[in-house]
Amino acid sequence: MADKMLLRIEDLLLHFRAGAGVVQAVDGVNLELNYHRAVVILGESGCGKTSLAKAILRMLPRNVHAYSGKVFVEGKDTMALDDEEFRQNVRWVAMSLVPQAAMNSLNPVLKVGEQVAEPAIIHLGVSKQEALEMGRKMFQHVGISVDFLDRYPFELSGGMRQRVAIAMALITSPNLVVLDEPTSALDVLTQANIFNVLKRIKKDLGVSFILITHDIATSSELADDVAVMYAGQIVETGDAMRFFTEPLHPYSKKLMASVPRLRQTSELEFITGQPPSLINPPTGCRFAARCVSRFEKCDQEPPVFQRQGRTVKCWLYEHENGS
Amino acid sequence: MNTIKKAFSSLLQYPSAIAGLIVVLVLIIASIYVVITIPYSTAISLWRGGEEVWYKNPKYAPPAWFNNFTEKKLAESFSMTSADPDVVREVIPGDKGTSRINLTYTFDYDFDVFPQEMLLYFNSTFESKQPFVSIVLITPDQREIRVSDFGVANKVTYRFSQDEKLIRRLGGVSPVEGLFANLDAEGPLVPVKGTYQLVLKGVTFEEGSDIDAEFVFHGQVYGLAGTDHARRDLTLPLMWGIPVALAFGLIASLGTSVLTMIIAAIGAWYGGWVDELIQRITEVNLVLPFLPILIMVGTFYSRSIWVILGATILLSIFTASIKSYRAIFLQTRESTYIEAARAYGASDARIIFLYLIPRMIPLLIPGLVSSVPAFVFLEASLAVLGLGDPVLPTWGKIINDAQNNGALYKGYYYWILEPAVLLMVTGLGFAMLGFALDRIFNPRLRGM
Amino acid sequence: MTAETITSEVITEQKKRDVLISIKNLHVWFELRRWGFGHAGYVRAVDNVTFDVQRGEAIAVVGESGCGKSSLMKTILALYRPTKGEILFDGKDISKMSAAEMRWYRGQVGYVQQDPYGALPPFMTVERILEEPLIVGGVKDKAEREARVYKVMEEVKMSPVSDFLKKFPHMLSGGQQQRVVIARAMIMEPRFLVADEPVSMLDASVRVEILKLLRGLQEQHDLSVMYITHDLSTVSYFSERIFVMYAGKLVEKSGVHDILHNASHPYTNALLAGTSDPDANNALSYKEVPPGEPPSLVNPPPGCRFHPRCSRMIPGLCEIEEPPEFEIEPRHQTSCWLYK
Repeated sequence: MADKMLLRIEDLLLHFRAGAGVVQAVDGVNLELNYHRAVVILGESGCGKTSLAKAILRMLPRNVHAYSGKVFVEGKDTMALDDEEFRQNVRWVAMSLVPQAAMNSLNPVLKVGEQVAEPAIIHLGVSKQEALEMGRKMFQHVGISVDFLDRYPFELSGGMRQRVAIAMALITSPNLVVLDEPTSALDVLTQANIFNVLKRIKKDLGVSFILITHDIATSSELADDVAVMYAGQIVETGDAMRFFTEPLHPYSKKLMASVPRLRQTSELEFITGQPPSLINPPTGCRFAARCVSRFEKCDQEPPVFQRQGRTVKCWLYEHENGS
Repeated sequence: MNTIKKAFSSLLQYPSAIAGLIVVLVLIIASIYVVITIPYSTAISLWRGGEEVWYKNPKYAPPAWFNNFTEKKLAESFSMTSADPDVVREVIPGDKGTSRINLTYTFDYDFDVFPQEMLLYFNSTFESKQPFVSIVLITPDQREIRVSDFGVANKVTYRFSQDEKLIRRLGGVSPVEGLFANLDAEGPLVPVKGTYQLVLKGVTFEEGSDIDAEFVFHGQVYGLAGTDHARRDLTLPLMWGIPVALAFGLIASLGTSVLTMIIAAIGAWYGGWVDELIQRITEVNLVLPFLPILIMVGTFYSRSIWVILGATILLSIFTASIKSYRAIFLQTRESTYIEAARAYGASDARIIFLYLIPRMIPLLIPGLVSSVPAFVFLEASLAVLGLGDPVLPTWGKIINDAQNNGALYKGYYYWILEPAVLLMVTGLGFAMLGFALDRIFNPRLRGM
Repeated sequence: MTAETITSEVITEQKKRDVLISIKNLHVWFELRRWGFGHAGYVRAVDNVTFDVQRGEAIAVVGESGCGKSSLMKTILALYRPTKGEILFDGKDISKMSAAEMRWYRGQVGYVQQDPYGALPPFMTVERILEEPLIVGGVKDKAEREARVYKVMEEVKMSPVSDFLKKFPHMLSGGQQQRVVIARAMIMEPRFLVADEPVSMLDASVRVEILKLLRGLQEQHDLSVMYITHDLSTVSYFSERIFVMYAGKLVEKSGVHDILHNASHPYTNALLAGTSDPDANNALSYKEVPPGEPPSLVNPPPGCRFHPRCSRMIPGLCEIEEPPEFEIEPRHQTSCWLYK
């Protein structure tokens, strides 16, 4: 039942105008996410994953060429709302965002406690006193000592600032938080720490996450489900357990084979060639040019095939249609 | 090369940039044309002027196209010599070496206002006996008015308006009015329109003696740009003002930007006392008043445009832009490609000139173009203040002359407006181009 | 002394000893100044570091940001001066080299940087970028420079070469940019390559390609490589020995297999535990992470620098006395009192 889903995205499309043409950054994305779950959107740089986050939260740049599709949040189509309604009822209230490099985008002249309280004042309309109190609680959730409330961003380490950014996203108690590359510039131990924090929040607060990342190894720390994005499209979705052991799409397989593992010395693989330009993507399967399993049919755009609760956008699975 | 092409093609997407580009190109082409057609020495001597150069022109005459905007047409200026097709010269030889020389100057008078002055410049040759000439004007209504008659010395200038006898004969009316008006008509004097003939009947008394005369008609309007108090054609300073203004603006802007950039780069790269010194000099210079110093240089040292240019560049190097360049250089200094260059052993000079400065060129170009107008205006301002180059014809000098002669008070608006409009168009052209370039080269402004 | 005579001397010396570069008691301290003058202490970025790199050997220096690994690297690249200690390249102290010797040394050491886009001057073509070290290195003949640019481009598998020479960095993909960076590091035919997180900014699929390229170059040219990273998962594909760095000190030195399977230092173990393999089971448990953060290098804690975060700290010892280097196995040293 669709209404039971926390988030359901249908045919979401976001195209930008650029000097050389129209960039099809998000091109017909379908995605579902249930309550208390985390989905990882895996993709390499330039595949449109950050644009997908922006499309979901309707944080659009000026040069939008086309923006359409349906985004149901808790059964309600948010695309039908106008900008003001969306701002009041959805953004930060139903779902919030931890943007890329959030730890470097904190206001340098404002105490972090006030910054964390800010979304609560704006979106929930609570008094500053209450908001600060909520911020204090949120600091405990993300594992920062409350002594840090009165500090300025430059007085905190990168990991701490990232936690502050996460606290800012959580203070309005949204059911869904979109994390865009939350740990990419952080050290190993700090990364592990942040993922511990996210796991705890997911368990304690029942928040759902969309984790957008290119880092396959660390993404497994949080993933319940995985969606693989390639050239503006989702090519595979499924549960993490089966994805990490047996990916379906040839792209996912290659990607998994390229991930170095700590104590394994098997030969690593890489994908030859480059992803297609999003300005004039090839017709048919967009991965075909780099795919080792390519055959004639790949000239046509593959539909999405269902396979035991997983989906894959590849002609190889046409005749293996499971339930 | 490719980036330049790209920048150019994206430049053409801004209508204001196209307009600016056209203005700048037209100015550049005009300056090249001017410098070729009116060489520097000619321009200088013309501008120094004097009666012998500019005798043909009226004083304080607005441009001829002024007539398009007035109901009463003002008389246009012209001059005629015997070589002109409208001048008929007859030589009838007589006895004993005498001859009669008739010169007929035919001209149309279609104006509602009387001219300023009419002159005849005689040029005669003789051994001992002066030739004799009598002047007659035939009006459109076929009246024949005797103007004057006299013996012609080698070079004689006859001024119609100063011929007392003629004035008396016309009943006390100034000849420039009386000759063209119907004195019998009622009311204020109005010029009679039509074709006039000025006839000089000359007699020479010697073999080889000759008379020739140039008829100069000082109207109320003149040429494309009008004239000033010294009868100088204003097209000269307006045209010559283009290369001077462009040269001053571009050299000052280029010199300032490039030197500022190099000095900022050196300071940022070496740091330490070098940087400190540059910063302190800048701070001192920032509090020094710019224009008064230039005025002092102009007053006590030299008003040559090169000296002023040099002083302008020197004073403009150490300004706030050195601080902003420095800030960017300090950032660029830390970039990893410079670290790589140091690791393979590039020298300091190499890093400054081949690695640091090229990074800033995209920022330099729009700034350079946008700051041209400021320098053009500065040169004009100095000229207006009477500190312009003493020999060069420039826009500022025109305004200065106009101001000294009370142009606005006396209603000679063209005198001030012409250079002012050129200054504004130049400024606007460079500014529009500069802003567009800024958008192209400065990625933060892109998409706005 | 000309570069040629130095080289021939070096080659004879090389046959006697196998060590290419030797770091001895290296200290790199930066003076902190208050208000621009007056002494306010030191940042002890590198504090008494000693190790050797043999000819043809790849070593990895692993540590978190701010542990001093960048300062160590830049000192080896002669971008910083050592405060104390020495760096011997072929037995020659680099801080005592003449200008000519220094020029030779800079040609002997190649530098591969982390962020390929930032590492390439955006206003130069690939050809120009690769020619620069040759010009600086005194290769005056244009034809020779061109030939060497071609050769190195082939080596980094940027072919057909002529397709890339006239391009600017922003026209290349991340992987291609990193190949140009590697080509620039290789163009002077160095014997020692310093690679600072060469793949951390690249996508997973490209990362392997670049790692394999570096590995191939290392084997082909018998290069010594110093690989600097914070990511333990790639080291086994690239290096034979690993030095773990924490707060300016090397806390564990060992072969790659020993580190991965038999790590001794508690900090090394924490790093290993913090590194994820792609495994869905990761989501089911929390990671064990030592509390707190790395110390300030201005006022490092007394004794063992890791002791405030260490779960196996021995009270009365670790916080008082700095642990010396214990050899727990041949070629496996650790600076931890647990192995006394």
